[in-house]
Amino acid sequence: MNKALSFINDKRVRDWIYQIAAVAFLVGLTIFFVRNASENMVKAGIASGFGFLWRTSGIEVPFVLTGYTQSDNIFSLFWVGVANTMLVTVIGIVLATLLGFVIGIARLSSHWLTSAIAGAYIEFVRNIPLLFFVLFWYFGVIAALPAPRQSIGLFGVAFLNNRGLTIPLPDSVDNLRWAALIVLASWVAYGLISVWARRRKERTGQDAPLLAIGIGLILVIPALAIAWASLATRWDVPVLRGFNYRGGFAVIPEFVALLAALVTYTAGFIAEIVRGGIESVPKGQTEAAGALGLRPGRILSLVVIPQALRVMMPPLTNQYLNVLKNSSFGAAIAYPDVVSLFMGSALNNTGQAIEIIAMTLAVYLVIGLAVSGLMNWYNARIALVTR
Amino acid sequence: MTIRIFSTAAVLAAGISFAQAQQLAPSPTLDAVKARGNLECGVHLGLPGFSFANDKGEWSGIDVDYCKALAAAIFGDATKVKYTPTSVQQRWPILQSGQVDVLSRNSTITFSRNATLGLNFQGINFYEGQTFLVRKSANVKEAAGLDGASVCVAAGSTEEKNAADWFRERNLKVTITNFQKNDDAIAAYDAGRCDAYTAGVGALAGQRIKLKAPDEHVILTQPISNDPQGPVTRWGDERWQLIVRWVLNGTIAAEALGVTSKNVDEMKANSKSSEVRRLLGAEGGFGKMMGLNDDWMYNAIKQVGNYGESYERTVGMGSPLKLERGQNQLWIKGGLLFTPPFQ
Amino acid sequence: MNRVSSLSLWRERLFGTPFTGFLTLVMAFGIAWVAVPLIRWSLIDATWAGTTRADCAPGGACWVFIRARFGQFMYGLYPVDQRWRVDLAGILFLLGTLSVVFAPQRLRLRLGVAMLVLLPPLGIWLLSGGLSLRYIETREWGGLMLTLFISIYASLIAIPLGILFALGRQSELRVIRLISVVFIEFWRGVPIIAVIFLASLLLPLILPGGIGIDRLARAVIGLGFVIAAYMAEAVRGGLQALPKGQREAATALGLTYWKATGLIILPQALRISLPAMTNEFIALIKNTTLVLVVSILDLLGIAQASLADPNWVGMNMEAYAFSGAIYWLICFALSRWSRHLETLGRRQNH
Repeated sequence: MNKALSFINDKRVRDWIYQIAAVAFLVGLTIFFVRNASENMVKAGIASGFGFLWRTSGIEVPFVLTGYTQSDNIFSLFWVGVANTMLVTVIGIVLATLLGFVIGIARLSSHWLTSAIAGAYIEFVRNIPLLFFVLFWYFGVIAALPAPRQSIGLFGVAFLNNRGLTIPLPDSVDNLRWAALIVLASWVAYGLISVWARRRKERTGQDAPLLAIGIGLILVIPALAIAWASLATRWDVPVLRGFNYRGGFAVIPEFVALLAALVTYTAGFIAEIVRGGIESVPKGQTEAAGALGLRPGRILSLVVIPQALRVMMPPLTNQYLNVLKNSSFGAAIAYPDVVSLFMGSALNNTGQAIEIIAMTLAVYLVIGLAVSGLMNWYNARIALVTR
Repeated sequence: MTIRIFSTAAVLAAGISFAQAQQLAPSPTLDAVKARGNLECGVHLGLPGFSFANDKGEWSGIDVDYCKALAAAIFGDATKVKYTPTSVQQRWPILQSGQVDVLSRNSTITFSRNATLGLNFQGINFYEGQTFLVRKSANVKEAAGLDGASVCVAAGSTEEKNAADWFRERNLKVTITNFQKNDDAIAAYDAGRCDAYTAGVGALAGQRIKLKAPDEHVILTQPISNDPQGPVTRWGDERWQLIVRWVLNGTIAAEALGVTSKNVDEMKANSKSSEVRRLLGAEGGFGKMMGLNDDWMYNAIKQVGNYGESYERTVGMGSPLKLERGQNQLWIKGGLLFTPPFQ
Repeated sequence: MNRVSSLSLWRERLFGTPFTGFLTLVMAFGIAWVAVPLIRWSLIDATWAGTTRADCAPGGACWVFIRARFGQFMYGLYPVDQRWRVDLAGILFLLGTLSVVFAPQRLRLRLGVAMLVLLPPLGIWLLSGGLSLRYIETREWGGLMLTLFISIYASLIAIPLGILFALGRQSELRVIRLISVVFIEFWRGVPIIAVIFLASLLLPLILPGGIGIDRLARAVIGLGFVIAAYMAEAVRGGLQALPKGQREAATALGLTYWKATGLIILPQALRISLPAMTNEFIALIKNTTLVLVVSILDLLGIAQASLADPNWVGMNMEAYAFSGAIYWLICFALSRWSRHLETLGRRQNH
C-alpha cells in the first residue's frame, strides 16, 4: 500500500502518467470523431475519397497563372488557387513592408503634421475590420475606372478599364528565357568581380574601375538583352473588340482591390512595429554613435536599424503570416484564390467537404509552418544572445 | 387496481401503435418534426419572388409557399415553419447534416447531385431556364451576342458551369467571375464590373428589382439551359420523401382540379369529382396512409392556396416580378407542370 | 500671454523652416482634398429626417435609411417587444466588468471568478429564453448585439484554453509541450474564414448522428479555438517575461505545480499579458465579420443584407460608413485601454 503510494508520488512516474493520459485522450477523441464522420457519411450517402480530384472541373477561372483551362481536372484547379494565393501574398508582403516603413518613419518625424497624419492613419486602419477595406477597395476600384470603351491606354499596348489591366503577352517565351539567363549571368559576374577587386585592394591597395564595370554589367548588358528579346518576340497585343480588349493577359480588378486592401491594412500594423522597433533602441546609442563621428545616415543603417530589426523581426513575420491568411478575404470579392476556387466552386460541384477543407488548410499550414518554424528558431537565437 | 387498469390501457395502446407501425414505415423525420412542433425549411438568403424576408423578418415567395403548404399539411397550421436562409455553398451540408427537414431553395435537379450528394429531388415546383441580365445600352439581343463579355455569377451554382459550357461549345469567349453569394455578384454587376449577370429567368426577375435603376436592364428571353427546380430531401426515410413529394403534387393537382383557397370548403362539401374528394380528404383516407391527417391537402390549400394562386402572388402578374406562366403552366394548358393522379 | 506663446510654438512647429512650411502646405492640401467632400457628403448635404428613400436629397448621405433600420443594425431580427432582454444583458455585462475593474484589490479575484461563473449562463438565458422567458432562436439574433455576443463568448472559450496551452507550451513534459505546440501552430496557421467554414460543415459530421449544434454555437466554437491559439501566445509572452526564479522559489517552498502556477505565476503573467490579450480581443471583434460566410448576420452582415431591400437600393455608403464607425469606436476604445494598461504596467515595474 505504502509502496504503491510512493510509486505514485514519484514525480517522474507521475509525469509519465500525465503524458500517457493526454495521448490516450487525444487518440480516443480522434477515433471517436473519425468513426462518427464515416458513419454519418455512409448514412447520408455522401461520397468520400480523393477520386474527385481527377474529374473534369468545368469551372471557368478569370485569372490563371498556370495554363489551366476549364477542361482540366479539379486538381489543376486547386493549383490555380494556390498560385493565385501565393501571388497576392508575395506582392502584398513586399508593398505592405514598403508602405509600412514609410508610415512608421513618418510617425517618428519631427514635423508635427506628418507625424499626426501617420498617427491618424494607423489608428484608423488598425481598428476597422479588413473586410471593410476589401469591399471599399473593390467597389472603389470599379467605380474609379472607366468602362472598356473609354479605357485608359498606356503606350497603346496596355489598357486599363473596370475589367482590369490588359497587358501584352509574348507568343513564346524562348527569347525571354535567354534574356533572363543573360541578365542573371551578368549580375553574378559583377558580384564575382567586385569580390575579387576588394581582395586585390586589400592585398595591393590598387583600385579597379568598378563603377564602369558595374554600369556595364548591371545596367547596359541586361537592358540590351531585354530589348533584343522583346523585339525578337511576337507580342499578343490586346485589341478592343466587342465588349472588351481581346488577347494579352488581364490583371483583374479583384486582384488589384485585394492587394490594395491587404497593403493598406497591413501597413498600419507594420508601421507600429517599425515605430516600436526604432524607439526600442536607446537614445544613448544614437548619441554615442554621433559622438564617434558617424553621419546620421550611417547611424541609422549601422547602429539603429540592426538593433531595431532584432525587435521587429518576430512581429513582422507574424504580419507576413497574416497577409497569407488574410488573402483568403479575396473570397468575398471573387478573387480566385484557393479558398474561393477550391472551398467555393469545387466544394459545391463535388460536395466532398472533408477532403477539400483538409487540402485547403494544408496549403496554409505548409507555407505558414515553414515561416513560423523559422521565426521560432530566430526567437530562440535572440533569447540566447540576451541571456 | 388502478395500476392494473392503467397497465392494461398501456398494453392496449402499445398494441394499437404497433398495429399502426406495421402499416406505416417508420419516419424519423416526421416524428422529429411533430415532436419539435415546427418544420425546418432551408431557403434562399434573399431572392424576391422565391424566398425573401422583409424588414420584419416575414418570409414570402414561391419556395417559401411550398414550406408553408408542407407545414399546413403536417400541423394544419401554415405558420409552423422556421426558415434557415442558406448560401449556395451551405445548402447541401445543411440538408445533409439534418439541420433542415427539407430544402426549398430554387435548386436545380442534376444527375451528379442526385448520385453523389446523398440527396433526392422530390418533384418540380419551378421550371427555370438560365439566361442573362444585361444593360439596355449594351444592345445585346441574344446570348451569342455576349462574345467577349464579362459575366458575373454565383460560385458553385449550376449557372457557373452551364454558362462556361455553353460559350465554350460555341467557340465564344466570355470571362466568368465567380462570387460567393448571389448578392455579391449582382452588386458587382450593378457597379459595372460585368456586362451581364446570369441566373434563371425567375431569379433574374427577382434580382432586377434590387438594382439601382431596374429599367435600364433587360433579361434576354432565349434560355441557354433547362433548370428544373424543386424541394430536396436526404436519402432514406421514404415516408418523409413521400409526404414532401405529394404535398407538392397536391398543390398542382388542386389547380388542375379547380380547387382554390376560396372554394376549398365548398368543393370539399359538394364536389362530385372523386379525385377532388380524395385530395381534400373527404374520401379515401389518403392522409392517414402517410401518417398525416386526412385533411392535409385541405389545410394546405385553404391556408396557402393551390400552385397557380401561389405563382401569381409570388412571381406572377400579382407580384413585382411579373413573370408569365410559360413552362410553369399546367400540362393540360400547354405547360410542363405535371402531377400524377390522386388515385 | 500664454496664448501668444502657444501660437508661436505652433508656428515654429509647422512653418519653422521653408521645408517644414512646404511640407505643412502639402499635407494640409491633402487633408482638405479628402476631408472636404467627406464632410459635405456626410454632414452638409446629408438628409437626416424623413421616412422613405424619396425623402433623401441626392448627393448627400441618406441617414434616414440608418434611422429606419437602426433597430436591425443593433438587434437583427430579435423581436421588438423582447429587445429589453438584450439591453439588460448588455448592462449586466458592463456592470459586471466595471465592478471587477474598480473593485478593491483584495476582492477583485473573488469578484472576477463570481462574475465569470454567473454572467455567461445568465446572458444566454436572457438572450435565448426558457424558464418563463419566451424562447428566441439564434437565427433571429443579429446586428451589433450578435457581434458582441460572438466576441465575448468566443473569448470565454479562448482565454481558459489559451492559458492552458500557454502553460502546456512551457511545460517540462515533452508530450504535453508537443501537443500544445501543435494545437497553437495549427490554429494560428489557418485562415479564420476557413475555420468558420470548417466548424459549420464538420462539427455536425464528426458528432454522433442526431446531436445538433446550433449554427451560431458552431461559429463561436470555431472562432474560440482560433483565438485560443493567439491568446496562448499572448500569455506565453507574459510567462516568458517572469524570471525563472519565481517558479523555483515557489517549488522550493513546497508548492505543487498547480498551486505555484495558480498563486504565483499566472497572476503575474496575466497582468503582463493583459494588453496583448486585449489586442487579441480587438482582432476577434474585427474577425467576427467573417461569420457572414455562414449566413450569420452580425453587424456587417445586417448592413449587407439591408442593401438587398428593393425599397432602399443604393445605400451602400451609408450602411458601410455607419457600421464601420461602430466597429472603429469599439476597437479604438479598447486599444486605448490596452495602451493605458501597458503604460500602467511599465510604471509599476520601474
